Amino acid sequence: MTGSSTLLTGGAKAPSVSMSDMTPILEMRHVSKSFGGVKALRDVDFSILHGEIHGLVGENGAGKSTMMKIIAGVHAGFEGEMLVSGQPVHFRSARDALAAGIGMVHQELSVIPDLSVAENVFLGHQPVTSAGVVDWRRMNEMAREQIASLGLTIDPTTRMGSLPVGLQQLVELSRVLFSGAKLIILDEPTSALSPPEIERLFTVLRRLRDDGRSIVFISHFLDDVLAIADRVTVFRNGEKVITEHAANLTKDSVISHMIGRGSANMHMGESADLAADDSKPIVLSVQKASDGLMLHDVSLTLRKGEIAGVYGFMGCGLIELARTLFGKNTLKSGTLTIDGKSIKFASTSAARQAGIAYVPENRKMMLFRTEPVFKNVSIAILDRIHCIFLKTGRERDISETHIKDLQIRPPKTDIALGNLSGGNQQKVALAKWLTHLPQVLILSEPTRGMDVGAKEDVIRIVKALRDRGVAIVVLSTEPETILTLADRVTVMKKGMVVKEFTKGHIDKSDLLAAA
Amino acid sequence: MTIADSTKSPKSGMKQFLSDQMRNIAPIFTLIILVLFFAVQSPVFFSVDNLLNILSNASITGIIAVGLTFVILTGEIDLSVAALANAIGITMAFFTIQPDYVNIATIPLPGVICIILTIASAIALGAVTAFGVTKIGIPSFIMTLAMMQIANGVSALLVRGQIAYIFPDFITLLGAGKIFGLRWSIIVCALLLLFAHLVLTYTRFGRYVFMVGGNREAAEYSGVNVKMIIGAVMVISAACSGLAGMLGVAYFGSAQQNGFDDFLLTAISAVVVGGTSLFGGRGGIGNTIIGLLVLGVLNNGLDLIQIDSFLKILIRGLILLAALVINVYAQKLKEGGAEA
Repeated sequence: MTGSSTLLTGGAKAPSVSMSDMTPILEMRHVSKSFGGVKALRDVDFSILHGEIHGLVGENGAGKSTMMKIIAGVHAGFEGEMLVSGQPVHFRSARDALAAGIGMVHQELSVIPDLSVAENVFLGHQPVTSAGVVDWRRMNEMAREQIASLGLTIDPTTRMGSLPVGLQQLVELSRVLFSGAKLIILDEPTSALSPPEIERLFTVLRRLRDDGRSIVFISHFLDDVLAIADRVTVFRNGEKVITEHAANLTKDSVISHMIGRGSANMHMGESADLAADDSKPIVLSVQKASDGLMLHDVSLTLRKGEIAGVYGFMGCGLIELARTLFGKNTLKSGTLTIDGKSIKFASTSAARQAGIAYVPENRKMMLFRTEPVFKNVSIAILDRIHCIFLKTGRERDISETHIKDLQIRPPKTDIALGNLSGGNQQKVALAKWLTHLPQVLILSEPTRGMDVGAKEDVIRIVKALRDRGVAIVVLSTEPETILTLADRVTVMKKGMVVKEFTKGHIDKSDLLAAA
Repeated sequence: MTIADSTKSPKSGMKQFLSDQMRNIAPIFTLIILVLFFAVQSPVFFSVDNLLNILSNASITGIIAVGLTFVILTGEIDLSVAALANAIGITMAFFTIQPDYVNIATIPLPGVICIILTIASAIALGAVTAFGVTKIGIPSFIMTLAMMQIANGVSALLVRGQIAYIFPDFITLLGAGKIFGLRWSIIVCALLLLFAHLVLTYTRFGRYVFMVGGNREAAEYSGVNVKMIIGAVMVISAACSGLAGMLGVAYFGSAQQNGFDDFLLTAISAVVVGGTSLFGGRGGIGNTIIGLLVLGVLNNGLDLIQIDSFLKILIRGLILLAALVINVYAQKLKEGGAEA
């Protein structure tokens, strides 16, 4: 597919014609990239013009961050051509890209909170006096000018950490600008910002565009993209679906491009018929939970034998919610009740003893790579299989049962866990909670990064657990996972619950639109 | 399942085994080389008396090393062990009546009460360390450095430059006495090593110690009370140091300031030379025993072949450095192996 795809509404009259005679600041031709046999990008053409804000959207794994990492010099090897201002280039590192005028501001801020604003702006290349000492006065002055050029007034001697996140982000942006970047890639710049902060960011971005700089705006927040972008490119499954003027797009049309509705291949998890049963007994309920950092007044109810799905974009508070439920993070306000009793966990150990089990989003956080499989399985149930001494025979028996039930390969109890494939490691992470069924099972991103076969196995296991009466909460940024598993769905956005679905037919676009 | 999963072949057997076992093989190999070398160099090395001498010299260090093994297995460190041993030894003297010519203020108590109080002080000091590390969150390296200074202060205040000679009879027996020609201190050390080995290998607590050292985050997400485990090993280490201090002053025949100066480095060396990972999670009492023997044989052998005593210090430093290199290298090999 190319940028000349047919438009949804009257695209032929789009003003792109008047821009097409200009040389793009960046042009990518027939770019492909694969990671270990998996195609992340397939023959993509993509260009960014001088003085435009270019929105980039797509689901997780659609290829947009791979494309941006190629452009920013993070991924050096790829097939295809890359031209900056008409000249072919080949970046070996992010430093090369920066030298060519391409800078990237990542979703996670890379500022040093304990240094001053000026020091952060000039990190690594502070102006020095002839004696070789840092020229503080000049540095503060230049930083003040630099920040003022963004239309902001911040005292450059302020400690970075004392600024709100939105301003910190703008300071980091000014650092990238200051290094001479003509093309700036912003990855999810609005995910941590409040509406007034977003407006301020947009004002700065428009000013930069009017100065002739180009900006790539990657975001899951489609409203933000449509509000700021001049043109929008949609990626899906490693291919470019369309590049279109934002004026010709609506949120719904973007969503339908992202998920490819109408295409013949309707996958598993495209839609779901919810049938939440409010008569089932409540096992765990959270009311108006806040952690003082990310979560604000989150309420969630888990019922026996039901899977509650919680969907949201990266950084919306899913991880924080999961950790709060498992006693890793503490509740600042709000209540947590299990079987009607109010509870405050002092440690994860207390949560486990109260019947809560947790499989975090990152297997490394859950498993002991150099230890044998059976020790990984038994770690959570040692209480039950010891009487002064551990019953090692029992440990191995239990592991063998799980290995057989979950079809873990290779089927050996004593092999070091690190030798298993990712999907099999995930099964071991699940297995550790299956010997004595927990009351509540918290699954964070249970299928992320797994091959199809392993994914199906995990889904089967989770459903079987629900049927045996476990109250399960699945937190995921992948709508397919939520739609495949959940009996009821809660959507979170910026630390708050924004929507709940309990009955009826929903599909991916409903989730994307709500988040 | 996909085919890719089932066709994954483990690394070739022998190479995998060697890289897995490097931390265990290297110390044993070192021990054998040292024993052979000294046996050839000195005719008395292999005499029963000399071998018993090696063991009894290693016994006090061994008791400290038991506690330190727990601490290092969780990935923490305890630098206060030697200072604490000295302070506890002096505390015990403080609770025992001393001869007139020893000018120390004491609170003489009956032997049993003295022993109980002394052990309680060791545990109390360990609890302070545990509190600092787990509740306040001071890194163990710094917390135990402070505790080292505190213990030295306690020693200085109690002994005031004097030397105490008298200890409860029972402790004097264990520290300096013999049974069938074998020193009691060796027996105590051996029993403690055995007990610690059983705890580490076959109990839930022992498993938790290894798991906390192996991957602290994973242990926490598996519902292990990580802080409690780390606090517990700090107390265990203090208790072992205290016991070593009590037997140690009896072994030396005197309690005085700086009585245990060499023991910090020797005890840490013993654990690390034995192959217990500095990053935690791998190793154990078996490794510590080999480490104790390597250091014991080295010290003894260097004395026997009458080497320049100043050179001895350097040699011990070099051996420790070599052990550290192997320790870190073994860790990398192991992790590399698990990734393949």
